[in-house]
Amino acid sequence: MEQSPSCLKLFGSWASSYTHRVQLALKLKGLHFEYVEEDLTNKSPSLLLHNPVYKKVPVLLHLDRPIVESVIILQYIDETWTDHPIMPIDPHERAIARFWCHFADDKLGPAAGAVFGSSGEEQKAAVCQVHENLKLLEAELREGAFKGRRFFGGDKIGILDIVLGCGSYWLVVFDEVMEVKLVDPEAFPLFHAWLRDFEEQKEVNEIIPAIDRLLEYARGIRQLMLSLKDTTSSTTTTTATATTVATNSNNNVVIGSGTSV
Amino acid sequence: MMGNLLLNHLSSLNTWMRHGKRIPSFQKILIKGPWHVSHKKVPVLVHDGKSIAESLVILEYMDETWKENPILPEDPYQRAMARFWSKFGDEKCLPSFWQVFISQGEKIEEALVSASENLKILEGELKGKKFFNGETLGFADISLGWIVNVVILLEEIMELKMIDEQRYPSLSAWMKNFSDFPGIKDSFPPQERMLTKYRTLREALVATRGTN
Repeated sequence: MEQSPSCLKLFGSWASSYTHRVQLALKLKGLHFEYVEEDLTNKSPSLLLHNPVYKKVPVLLHLDRPIVESVIILQYIDETWTDHPIMPIDPHERAIARFWCHFADDKLGPAAGAVFGSSGEEQKAAVCQVHENLKLLEAELREGAFKGRRFFGGDKIGILDIVLGCGSYWLVVFDEVMEVKLVDPEAFPLFHAWLRDFEEQKEVNEIIPAIDRLLEYARGIRQLMLSLKDTTSSTTTTTATATTVATNSNNNVVIGSGTSV
Repeated sequence: MMGNLLLNHLSSLNTWMRHGKRIPSFQKILIKGPWHVSHKKVPVLVHDGKSIAESLVILEYMDETWKENPILPEDPYQRAMARFWSKFGDEKCLPSFWQVFISQGEKIEEALVSASENLKILEGELKGKKFFNGETLGFADISLGWIVNVVILLEEIMELKMIDEQRYPSLSAWMKNFSDFPGIKDSFPPQERMLTKYRTLREALVATRGTN
């Protein structure tokens, strides 16, 4: 069903993996939408109006009604435009997908954020935590719920691919910026292969920003954070901001305090 | 605390679902096994040998499997709203109430201010509606139902008033409407046992933290 641009509007941020999730879903569904880039350091009145509770991106406006929180938006999109489904049909499969979406946002994301926001021994511990989480996913790919699948959604990208994928590219960025090994292809061969495959998909490629841009962005924030940690006279605001940036849940962590889950 | 509160969810759901839906006997089982060990979460529902973890995931599963008297609305936008409020309850309200519980001295007031910000938001959403779902109980109500139990506990143990009728008329009414819904009260965990447990926990917390 063709929708005019005025029907669908997405408020997002270029480096926000949560925004990318929604952009990807809309693209997979062939839906046209108007995109509004938000400056998260200076949020627009529209954003604050449409998301008064969390004040974050992404916000999807459909027929002037706002929907917020990326996983909720994804399900809304899937239930409103039923072609090219991104959720499985079977209730148990759907429950599994939902569970692992929660896992991505409640466990893996914050763990990755902790790696980004720390150094030394603290970082080593944070890296271990990410590995613990990746181990669980690897196990599900190897012999569990997703055994034998190309994507978590099966032959095609599904909701879990979108949720995990839009965010996991940060793990690779972190590997480079901080010289850690998060997505170790030896330890997590299936996850690694899946991520590669996901990123090579045409629609995904068109949405995720170029790696150089992400690297530059992450390096900048990382440097800022480290320099704040070094100075004894760091203000509470800047430290808080840096901490918020670092630990603001999920793979989206580096994007600043204005991004949603 | 989380485990118990999640149990509340499921208890409420269990009872409501039995009331509203004809469900062939299923067992609410808390199991040890890959789910419990890996994810360390309860509750886990086992149906036809398949396990589903996480209360909100379970709620959706049940609604999709037993289709009479659905708890999620049909309209996608209303569904999104129901999911939003459930998430808000878990992500914002619960930690803020917990913070009240573990605070001491003047920190309690600080924590209460935070918690009341969330209560205000809920009050605003209810706006005179009988339930978050409208005229009847729904997904959001069941997901938020733990608030009733937790607030009673907090108010009793900490000797404070969190949800008073003047500040939160809709929420106060909702607490009563929720509790009075057929079957819900039966699903509440035994009050005295909860009080004793959390009173003990509170005392232990206060003792270890000293003057904080």
